[in-house]
Formats: sequence, C-alpha cells, structure tokens
Amino acid sequence: MGFFLETLFGGLMAGMLYSLIALGFVLIYKASGVFNFAQGAMVLFAALAMARFAEWIPKWLGFDNLIVANLLAFVAAMALMIALAWAIERLCLSKLVNQEGITLLMATLGISYFLDGLGQTMFGNDIYSINVGMPKDPAMILENMFEGGLLLSKEDLIAAIIAAALVALLALFFQKTATGRALRAVADDHQAAQSIGIPLNRIWVIVWSVAGFAALVAGIIWGSKLGVQFSLSLVALKALPVVILGGLTSVPGAILGGLIIGVGEKLSEIYLGPFFGGGIEIWFAYVLALAFLLVRPQGLFGEKIIDRV
Amino acid sequence: MKLRPFALAMALATVGAATLSMPAAAQQANEQFFPLLVYRTGAYAPNGTPWANGKQDYVKYINATGGINGVKIAYEECETGYATDKGVECYERLKGKKATLIDPQATGITFALTDKAPVDKIPLITLGYGLAASQDGGVFKWNFPLMGSYWTAADALIQHLGKKEGGLDKLKGKKIALVYHDSPFGKEPIPLLQKRAQMHGFELVLLPVTAPGVEQKATWLQVRQQRPDYTLLWGWGVMNSTALKEAVATGYPREKLFGVWWSGAEPDVKDVGANAKGYSALALNPHGTESPLVKDILKKVHDAGQGSGPRDEVGSVLYMRGLLIQMFAVEAVRTAQAKFGQGKVMTGEQVRWGLENLNIDDKRIGELGLAGLIRPLKTSCTDHMGSTSVRVHSWDGSQWKMQPDWYEADKSVIDPMVREAADRYAAEKQIKRRDASDCNA
Amino acid sequence: MLYRENGQFKASYAADQQIFPILQDRVAIGALLAIAFIVLPLFGSEYLFRAILIPFLILALAALGLNILVGYCGQISLGTGAFMAVGAYGAYNFLVRIDGMPLIGAMLLGGLSATVIGVLFGIPSLRIKGLYLAMATLAAQFFTDWAFLRISWFTNNSSSGSVSVAGLNVFGLPIESPVAKYLFCLVVVCVFALMAKNLTRSAIGRQWMAIRDMDVAAAVIGIRPMYAKLSAFAVSSFIVGVAGALWAFIHLGAWEPAAFSIDRSFQLLFMVIIGGLGSIMGAFFGAAFIIVLPILLDQIPQWFGIPLSTATTSHLVHMIFGALIVFFLIVEPHGLAKLWSIGKQKLRLWPFPH
Repeated sequence: MGFFLETLFGGLMAGMLYSLIALGFVLIYKASGVFNFAQGAMVLFAALAMARFAEWIPKWLGFDNLIVANLLAFVAAMALMIALAWAIERLCLSKLVNQEGITLLMATLGISYFLDGLGQTMFGNDIYSINVGMPKDPAMILENMFEGGLLLSKEDLIAAIIAAALVALLALFFQKTATGRALRAVADDHQAAQSIGIPLNRIWVIVWSVAGFAALVAGIIWGSKLGVQFSLSLVALKALPVVILGGLTSVPGAILGGLIIGVGEKLSEIYLGPFFGGGIEIWFAYVLALAFLLVRPQGLFGEKIIDRV
Repeated sequence: MKLRPFALAMALATVGAATLSMPAAAQQANEQFFPLLVYRTGAYAPNGTPWANGKQDYVKYINATGGINGVKIAYEECETGYATDKGVECYERLKGKKATLIDPQATGITFALTDKAPVDKIPLITLGYGLAASQDGGVFKWNFPLMGSYWTAADALIQHLGKKEGGLDKLKGKKIALVYHDSPFGKEPIPLLQKRAQMHGFELVLLPVTAPGVEQKATWLQVRQQRPDYTLLWGWGVMNSTALKEAVATGYPREKLFGVWWSGAEPDVKDVGANAKGYSALALNPHGTESPLVKDILKKVHDAGQGSGPRDEVGSVLYMRGLLIQMFAVEAVRTAQAKFGQGKVMTGEQVRWGLENLNIDDKRIGELGLAGLIRPLKTSCTDHMGSTSVRVHSWDGSQWKMQPDWYEADKSVIDPMVREAADRYAAEKQIKRRDASDCNA
Repeated sequence: MLYRENGQFKASYAADQQIFPILQDRVAIGALLAIAFIVLPLFGSEYLFRAILIPFLILALAALGLNILVGYCGQISLGTGAFMAVGAYGAYNFLVRIDGMPLIGAMLLGGLSATVIGVLFGIPSLRIKGLYLAMATLAAQFFTDWAFLRISWFTNNSSSGSVSVAGLNVFGLPIESPVAKYLFCLVVVCVFALMAKNLTRSAIGRQWMAIRDMDVAAAVIGIRPMYAKLSAFAVSSFIVGVAGALWAFIHLGAWEPAAFSIDRSFQLLFMVIIGGLGSIMGAFFGAAFIIVLPILLDQIPQWFGIPLSTATTSHLVHMIFGALIVFFLIVEPHGLAKLWSIGKQKLRLWPFPH
C-alpha cells in the first residue's frame, strides 16, 4: 500500500512537470493554430540561456551572489525568449498566415532544428547546471502509518507547486486582462478578431513570448532536475501525449492530461512493466492517449470538430 | 520572381555535383592517416567531447615530438552524433583517404563496422567497449577491444562487490540490480552477470532505461521497492547523471551504487556534485595531470596554443581514455614499423599486425610517461584484449579518488563464454576460425 | 527551343496516358537510367556508392512510400521509422528462421509485415485526423522501438539485441561489392517507383487524392473512406517496409532499433516536404537534397580553408537545415518537384516567353 501511494505521488509529480511543457503547446495552438513542435527546443534554449547567463553575468559584472545572478540571468533569458518570439513571428509565421496546419507543423520542426543548433553554438554543448536552490534529498512522511515511511521528493513537490502557480497565473491572464481577451478572440476566429481591430502580429508575438516564458520556467525546473544538456529537448516528446489527451486547446486539459499520463505511465511501468520486460512507459503514454482519442477524438476538453461539406 | 528559387536550387545542385565528383584532397606521401570518428553534438556530447579532445591532443603531441620515427600523423574528424548510419557514412568517407585504424567511439557503430572492416582491411580499436566476443582474435581478426570488454567490466564489478562482502561466496542470497541503457551497449554484460549470479547464488534484477535516459523515475521507484543490496549502473551520457539524481531523490545510498567505466567520469557527476559522494565506478584508465605524459602534453600542445579543448579538461577521465586509445594506436604503428620498416607509412594490414603484437611492458609504460598508472598489456593472435586490469575510483564530492586494488577478469569464467559467442558469430557469418599459420603472417 | 512538344500528336489512348507524354522527357529519363545503370557502375568510386548513392536510393524509396500516405492520401505520419523497422526485422526473421529463404522473398515478406502493422496503426485514422493522427503514428514509433529492443525473439535471441546479416545473394549472385549493392537497390527502386506512379494514376490513386482534398466530400460521392485510407496505409507501409529491409540489409549490415528512431521518421518527412508532397519525383529530389546537403556543408568550409571545429560545423548544419525548411515552406510549399515543373514550363517557352 505504501509503495502504491509512493508510485502514485511520483506519477502525479511527474505529470505536473509534463503539464508544464504541455502548457507551452496549448498556449500557442490556442492563439495561432500552430502545433509548435519547437516547444522542446525552446525549453532547451531557455534553459541553456539561463544556465550560462547565471554563470557569465557574475563574471562580467564582478560580483558573487547566487540569488542576484539567478535573477539577472532570468531577466536576460526572458529578454532573449521575447526576442526569439519576435523573430519567429517576423521571419516565419507572418509569412505563413492561412497555411494548412501541417505546413505550420513542418515550419516549427524547422525552427526546432534551427534552435537546437543556435542554442548549442551560442551556449556550448556540455552539461551545465542550474542552481536555484531546489532541495535534492527526499522527505519521509507518515512514518507512523507505513513501515519506512512514504517517500516524497521535495524537489518534485516544489516543482509541482510552481507548475500549479504558473497555470493559475496564465488562467488569470487569459480571463482578466485585455490582452488575454484579445488572445482568446484571436483563437476563436482570427479574421473576425482582426476585423474588430486586434493587431494579429502583435498578439502572436505576445503569445510566443508567453510560451517562451512557460518554456523558461519548464527549462529551469527540468534543468535543475536533470542538468542542462541536449536531451532536455526530448522531454517535449513526453509532453505530446499529454496535450493530445487533454485536448489541444484546453489549459485545464493540459493539467489533467498531465496528471493522468504521469500516474498512468508510472503505475504501468511498475505494475505491468515486469510482465513485458520493462521500459514500457514511453509507449504506454501514447497508447493511453490513443485509447482516449478513439473514444473522444478531440481529447478530453478539446472543442468538437464538425465537418461541413 | 518564381525563377529565383529555381536558380538557387540549380546552383546548389551544381555545387553538390562538384563536391561529389571532387577527388579526396591529396595526401602527403609520408603521413600516417588516422580518421577520428567523434561526437561533439547531441545527447552524448558532454561525454564524447573530452574523449575526442584526448584523441586529437595525443596525435598533435606525437607530431610535435617528431612523429612515429619521423612519420607524421594526418587526421580528420568526422561527427557521428553517436548515430550508427552517420558513423557508417563517416567510415566510408574517411576510408577512401587510406584510413589505417578506426576507433568508432560507439558500440552501435562498432557492430556495423565489424562486418565492413575485414573487407576494407582496416583494424578497429574498441578500448573498453564494442563486442565482448571480439576479444577472440581467432574469429575477429580486425577487432581489438584492448584493456577490456563489457564482460571483463561486469566481472571486475562482481569481484569488487565480493571483496566488499569479504568473499564471493558471501554474495549468496544478495540482490543485485542492473540499471542499464536499453541498447546493445547496456545489454552486453547481462549474460556474464547471469552466469555469475548462477555461480554465487545472488539474485539479479534487470532494470532497463530507455535511451537516452532522461526519464528514470519509475526505474528508481522499482529500486526502492526491490531494495537491492547493490545496484550496478550501466549508462552513458545523460543517463548517468540522471540516475545519480534519481538515486538521491529516492534516497538510495550512493555507497551501494557502482558504475561501469563509462559511468564514471566528470560529466556524470559534475552537476550532482556533493550529492553523488560515495558513488564508485570502474576506472579503466588513470586521470589527473600529475603523470609525465600529461605534463608533457600540456607543455608541448597546450602551451603552444594547439590544445583541442579547454586546458582544464586535460587529465579528466574521458580525456585520458581518448589519449590512451590514441597512444595504443601509435604504439601499434611503432610495433608494425619495427617489423615492416622504420620510418615508413604502415598500411591497414601492417597496423593490424602491430595491434596483434603489442607488448607494452612496465619499461615501455615508463617511457610513455605513465609509470605505475596502467598495467602491462600484451596482445596475441588469440587474445586481442591484452589486459583486463582495472581499478575502482570513488567520487568524494568534488573529485574522483582512485582506490588501490587492481582487478583482473576471471579467465575461467570469461574465456569459455567468449569462445562460445565467437563460434556462434563465426557460424552465423560463415567464417572460419584462423589457423596457426595465419597468426605468424 | 529544344524542349518543345509541338508536332507530337497523340493518336491513341495509350499514347495519351503515357507517364512521359513528351518525347524529350522520354529521352531524358532514358539517358538518366542509362547513366544510373551503365555509366555510374563503371566510373563511380566506392565512396560515392556506399555513402551517397545507396543511402539516397533507399531513403528515396522510403520517402516514396511515405509520400503515398502523406502527399496522396493526406494522412500525416510521424512513425515512418517504425514501419521501416518492422520491414527490417520482419525480413531478418524470415531470412534466418526459414531455411533457403531467398533475399527478395524475405524482403517482400518483411514489407508485408510492415503492411500489417501499418494497417493496424492506420485504423485510428478512420476516427481521428490531422495532428491527432500524427500522435497515433508516434505511438507506433515508440512501440516498435521498444518491441525490437525488449522482445528477444525478434532479434533471434541475440544477447546484445543487435542483429546482422551476411552472405546475401540474389539468384546466386552475391550482393557484396558496393556496385552490386547499388545495382540491386537501383532495380528495386525503379520497379517500385514505376508501380507507385501507376498506382497513383489509377482509380485507387484518385480515391486517395479525393480523400486528401476533402474526405467528407469524397464520402458523399461514393468513395469508401475506410477502404481508401487503409489501402493507402497498406501500400505506403509496404514500400516503407521494403525500404527498411534494404536499409538494414544492404546499407548497414548490422543494426539495432536506434537505426530506425524517431529522427529517421522526421528526416523522411522532411524529404517529402522539401521534395514535394504528392509527387513521385519529389521523393527523389527530397532524398537527394537531404542526403547531400549535410555532406556538402561538412566539406565546403574545408575547401576554403576555414578551420571550423567539428561541433560548430554540425551545429551549423542543424541551423541551415532548419532555416532551409522554413525557407522552402514560405517560398515554395510544394517543394522541389514544383520548382522542377516551373522550370519545365519556362523551358517550354524559352527563349520566346510570349
């Protein structure tokens, strides 16, 4: 029982971390209908920028304070992500307006290749660390209820709280601010939105910047957990089933999808894995998402698609 | 307007045709050519880069000190990204430049090249990796897994665990988990560990990690559930540091965690830092900058502004491994020259002979500037490994500390397995075992 | 001036339905085949065959298969690598488990295994579309990666999980030398290209295109979506599976599942997009472009004596690749094949464009 709960917790925490990345996909898809395959590359790029700026800025300015260095690095990395959003909109998306979804998907695949190369050219291709003071050792809880206690990773817990906070923040942003409303209007119908005077280009820069922000937060959390190196861009592949399961256009869907996938894959790996020889979690997540899709082709919270001739 | 991209495409196609038809750059007559297959990008770059720099620095060092009896070494790097098909492409490209020896730097690429090397007459040097059965020179004429294979590594690890327990028989009833990279690299040691488990009566738990290994939470939850007495880590690249971090996160004692020699370098522990304290791994080669060889390289290569990588990387574990690989390559050429003519450029076949007749005794090790740091190595027609000596080093939170004991693989365990695997390979490929006359050729 | 169809009259249906209705095209393709079959084997270097032409031919075949699915039937697939893997391992098992199995038989059976798996993973396409379908094919990718690693039966219980083949021959002729391998691939590719071309011009090909352009409308005019979609999956996976078997047997010789990873799937998709969706010719253009470009980018700095480190070059290749993909999508979404046909149009009028 104790071990089952531990696995469950582990799955929930992992799920929140997937949601964090899934969020970036959803944001961009909602506002511009682009399935942004480059989200993983953006996470890597942001994390590399963060790690290296935190290393370089104290050297340039000649001080030695971890908190200040991290803050400055965060600002610098965010500025870089906004510049990137602007460049992507200017050089790529604005030229591909009204293209089919598949073309846009391919374009983001191109962007992801470009970013992989650019990030490693600018910041190097070694393994770097982000030290934002996350606790690394586990906590034991409920020691009197279970033998040996329940293991809970403090780092994962904090990461999950940050992820939840980020989601709440984004939900507020979408619901309460004028920009957020404009974003939702563009998502509903970009021609109608344009006709009532919403500047499409600016909205796209904003939404890619917000996705850049989500990538940066995800990059910091994942980077602090795994170390910053090339494989970080691959965690996006783990987030794809989450997005699909939750529905491409739904922020709560990304969260719930993340939790379902996280729990599902950990439980399957531990309880089913031994019968199959282990290592099943990666495809199990996809098969789980696929099974959901066959029942609800638009995902859990996705909008229903109605075909018209 | 529409014509512009077309013209561009045509221009590109023309340039393309030009490249492909261009002959390989002419080579200097008196140069020995070593292709250097490396990976400095992708998921395994943090580990591949120091290795590549070590290889290149040694070549530069030899050239700076007058070459091999006057023969300079020409080299060209080719990026494989650890991908088999890119590796094959690199091999085909560089072999045309009269490649005489290749270190594929990846197990997958080794597997693919093992079939091609005999045809092209280019020896493969796979120091500490590759195909365990290729130790058997009778079948694998062109493969040289010098200093050890995955089987000798697994054997040494079990011996080390036995020593900790106070005898191999004390392993009875223990539980040992193997957390491994789910690829040929990670699966190679399993047969040996199974055999050892049978011999000593310990239980072996196999926990595969899907490459590249950034997601290991479930694996370590299983470790926590099974509570193995020891855990062997068989990873490469990012998998190692992630495993250590998950071990920390699930509270698995690092003192019970033992890595193969590909899991025991600086990139694996660097960003885990003090949390990895107590973790041990096999040390195939020495590290540090104290040896005369490394000091000389710093002086003649790095001080001359010729260093392939940053100066502070010199002496790190994987850098030294690259250095060692290239050193054996050079020694093989030297050995071949002693037979086929001093100061001449050796062919692939002659270098192969050199590799098969390497005899690096303590005196030679001293001359090479590594006195006391490596054990003598002597290859023969049947034994392409030469030495199985290995030590263990432990991470003390900031650096690797070498432990004094040397381990040798148990021949009575390994040899029959090698023989059987090699025979099976020979039967599959319809090749005959070399007879004695071939050995002296 | 030279490239003109004036004076070539079509007097029969057969003449009207030729693949290359213009005489000059027929001459050009004949010359191309003559070069490929006769001149290259005589003069090509080993490097040209092994590192460029063989991978080019095999990947072009795989791209051709993928193009049937993506370009003709409009069903996006990110799991091409998976179907190649099924073809490769299928063929391997038929070859080693059945005594006296000829190479071609094993490869075709490997292709059939890929067909079965392709149809299986194509079934969701009846219900889900577009990006969601892409995920279903990704599931196929990860599942096969896992299956060939973990189920040791597929690898003939090889302890390392890597398998290899040796001593290949067709009708008693050994396929060992680069030239033999090249010619074998060339013949296979030519046969399949011709078949694919004819298939796409037939009734079934038109059904695929109708489904691609608008599936609801196609259903209304009496095309069965299930039959059309699944047949596209079947044909596509078959060709991709044969290409996978070629890649493993002829190009690599020894392989592991990583040879058919998701990177391979993306690479093939790039080939199809850059080459041109819905074009047989495009698959060849795309494959040539994607194989030759990185090699070129590797070599060019060397000619000019610019000392670029290996890592920088490789990153630059990534960047240029990414940028070129975006560039193509913006400037010419129909790929190199479209540029080719534009070129031909211009040539027809040249030198008097009016």
